[in-house]
Amino acid sequence: MHADKLTAVFNEPACAHNHAKSEGERNKGCRKALKPGAAAGGCAFDGAMIALQPIADAAHLVHGPIGCWGNAWDARNTWSSGPELYRTGFTTELGELDVIHGGEKKLYKAIKAIVDKYDPPAVFVYQTCVPAMTGDDIGAVCKYAAEKFARPVIPVDAPGFVGSKSLGNKLAGETLLDHVIGTVEPELTTPTDIVLVGEYNVAGELWQVKPLLDEIGIRILATISGDGRYREVASAHRARAAMLVCSQAMLNVGRKLQERYGIPYFEGSFYGVTDMSEALRNMARILVERGAPPEIVERAEAVIAREEAKAHQRLAPYRSRFAGKRVLLFTGGVKSWSMVAALEEAGLTIIGSSVKKSTAADKERLRQLKGDEFHQWDDLKPRDIDRMLRDAKADILLSGGRSQFVALKAKVPWLDINQERHHAYAGYDGIVTLVEEIDKTLSNPIWPQVRLPAPWA
Amino acid sequence: MTRPAVRSLAVNPLRMSQPLGGALAFLGLDRCMPCFHGSQGCTAFGLVLLVRHFREAIPLQTTAMDQVSTILGGAENLEAAILNIYERTHPAVIGVCTTGVTETKGEDMAGALVTFRQRHPELCDLALVFVSTPDYVGGLEQGYAAAVGGIIDSLVEPHGSCVVGQVNVLAGSHLTPGDIDELRDVIEAFGLRPIMLPDLGGSMSGRQPDQFAATTLGGTTLEQIRSMGRSQITLVVGEHLRAAGDALQHKTGVPTVFFDRLTGLEPCDRLIRTLMELSGRPVPQRLRRQRESLVDAMLDGHFYFGRKRVVLALEPDLLYVYAHFLAGMGCSVIAAVAPTPSSVLDHIDATTVKVGDHSDAEALAAGADLIISNSHARQGAERRQVPLLRAGFPTFDRLGAAHRAVVGYRGTRDLIFEIGNLFLAGDQEHGHAVPPSIQRPQGDFSKEVHYGRSKTAAAG
Repeated sequence: MHADKLTAVFNEPACAHNHAKSEGERNKGCRKALKPGAAAGGCAFDGAMIALQPIADAAHLVHGPIGCWGNAWDARNTWSSGPELYRTGFTTELGELDVIHGGEKKLYKAIKAIVDKYDPPAVFVYQTCVPAMTGDDIGAVCKYAAEKFARPVIPVDAPGFVGSKSLGNKLAGETLLDHVIGTVEPELTTPTDIVLVGEYNVAGELWQVKPLLDEIGIRILATISGDGRYREVASAHRARAAMLVCSQAMLNVGRKLQERYGIPYFEGSFYGVTDMSEALRNMARILVERGAPPEIVERAEAVIAREEAKAHQRLAPYRSRFAGKRVLLFTGGVKSWSMVAALEEAGLTIIGSSVKKSTAADKERLRQLKGDEFHQWDDLKPRDIDRMLRDAKADILLSGGRSQFVALKAKVPWLDINQERHHAYAGYDGIVTLVEEIDKTLSNPIWPQVRLPAPWA
Repeated sequence: MTRPAVRSLAVNPLRMSQPLGGALAFLGLDRCMPCFHGSQGCTAFGLVLLVRHFREAIPLQTTAMDQVSTILGGAENLEAAILNIYERTHPAVIGVCTTGVTETKGEDMAGALVTFRQRHPELCDLALVFVSTPDYVGGLEQGYAAAVGGIIDSLVEPHGSCVVGQVNVLAGSHLTPGDIDELRDVIEAFGLRPIMLPDLGGSMSGRQPDQFAATTLGGTTLEQIRSMGRSQITLVVGEHLRAAGDALQHKTGVPTVFFDRLTGLEPCDRLIRTLMELSGRPVPQRLRRQRESLVDAMLDGHFYFGRKRVVLALEPDLLYVYAHFLAGMGCSVIAAVAPTPSSVLDHIDATTVKVGDHSDAEALAAGADLIISNSHARQGAERRQVPLLRAGFPTFDRLGAAHRAVVGYRGTRDLIFEIGNLFLAGDQEHGHAVPPSIQRPQGDFSKEVHYGRSKTAAAG
């Protein structure tokens, strides 16, 4: 992994957090040293895969030993409306001899085997720690293979040990900027073309938003990368505006789209009624500023008015059911603030949120939203969550799969709001789904039963 | 068996990594914290898979190696990890598995252990087991076997005396917590006291802790492991633990009895015979009844098993168990795919036996009646329109994977019902196919076909 690339990614000028630092601090980058024996979370390779795998018609080939992909493939619930190739797990499955002799030839053969059998429009090749250590030059192999097979073969240089999952997101963004975006001209462009950055179509969330955009007259030229197609992503540079859906994880992509192609971007969220409306307004406004027909603003307002009224009407019955119910939010990044707003709209009380993966801007936004009294935990340990739940400080935990059993073992309701979830929570319909799921869990009759003492207790 | 030429590409991998197998074994120890010596992603991926399979909180830590520590050597990270784990969770034992990252660097694990012990005499009560489990060699079974071997090597103590009635069981990675509990019940029915190593039945079977447990809760205790040298006998279950059984016998002198499988009437009879001889007790009534009902299930079920075409894609020892069970019920195993080579593959009777992936199993499943594999096989099974029975690790899209028991008379009987019902459902779904020569022409029934007495007959 090239040190200058890493430094560049860490030194993100558009990052408010980075901006506020002194020169010396900034040189250190935003890397947080992980604590051995007390770390939890994915690696950079994981993050890069999260960001790129939803490109559904491409093949995603992992160059590494079996531990990297054999243990991890087939785990994500991002949906495609067409091609299924992205769900096929490809790996070079490096063996001992490849560690000794190098795995470049094997990688080339693997790419060839994929091209021969599946004929994808592009192949993404992911570097991992072991071949990064032995010095496999995946960039050179990809370049050669791309010429040989007359199609893009893209090196994703984000081996696990360079850093966290969110760094991997950024490096994936850099990969798209360096190798993909701007390489294809779209067949058709319109003045209302947008690109969504950081929306992965988990459980079909993109499809909760798209019909409304269609109605307003906003066209999604490309999504990076939910329900993505290679050619669409490659032509994203012709968009008229960009929305960063997952806050700052892919800020580099937003900034460079602006610098290189003059595409203005804004940060937003599809979670919750207020944020959804704001996102639609921003989209319409920016597009009109860039010359789109002004009536899309009116149409957006009409959609917003109608959908908000409908959503509020659907949410109203829950407000009384949720009176006094307290939620502990254990997530990161954009979800820390966008979920808070969304849940409060439904009448829930949020007692606090983890801000581990959140940026300074995320935290500030949360502070503005909730005031200083609100708990923001930087490093909430499972043991602390357990104590809070057992002390009945919260009625439900919303988190990712890994902390699911902290809640369930404390016999407290839990709901999945991360990558692996099976329900779509975006847009006006999504917030109603989320609230319905919370209600379904909270009101399940098992809770008093499982808390009954055993006959011998 | 066809051993493939070295392949360049795995498509929908069946194989999982050695460290994951090691972690699985360590999870069967009481108050244990398994830890991967590698990048934090190595742990995160393994953790997610274990959580999805067991539906349990899984203790699994990492030494969190980054680029710099990987180059300079990971001894510092390893030491820091052990100290942090100890301080935070107070485990009885920490099981450290190396990964591809630290093995490529060539970390001196034996040296690291000696140095750690010298530098931290205050932690002499903390049991440490270090095992070498590079990702780029072997798979789940090898990693599991390495961890069991490491536990025996590091923690078992030789003894002169013998405790009558104490039995060691080395339980292979293909046994679920439910299998282990079933086996324990059978052994205890003879008045024997088994020590299961590892004991996933004790730790991964849905425990409800009164307070937060940061390490495993339940499983083989250190005390039990240390006393394994005093047992009368060791039952070894699964080819991949044969070497660990030999090591245990070599270290302690406790004789081993090897079982290649415990599913099916014959191997169960062998187990019962062994336990009869060992305990000198008659077979308890309820086991006699269980054998009868297994025989009955075989009689009732065989109609639906005969000549059914089955594809298997499982870890070698589990593959062997299912292949023999199905062959014993009259099925044809048309393909048996294993993720890694093993000597048991030479003893599987199937049209094709190979080392490969889910994509190989899918390719061989044309016209099959059933696929038996882990949850990753569901995409291929769907494309092939063949029913899938989930077995082995990981099973993340069905409940109760940990409790499914297929060992012993009772487990075998239940497996006959489970698979037999899938065959039955398939048979019924196909309905009655009417041969073309029997099919009647479609037409206006009222004009051409008269049921009952005709009008003329009535008039007459």
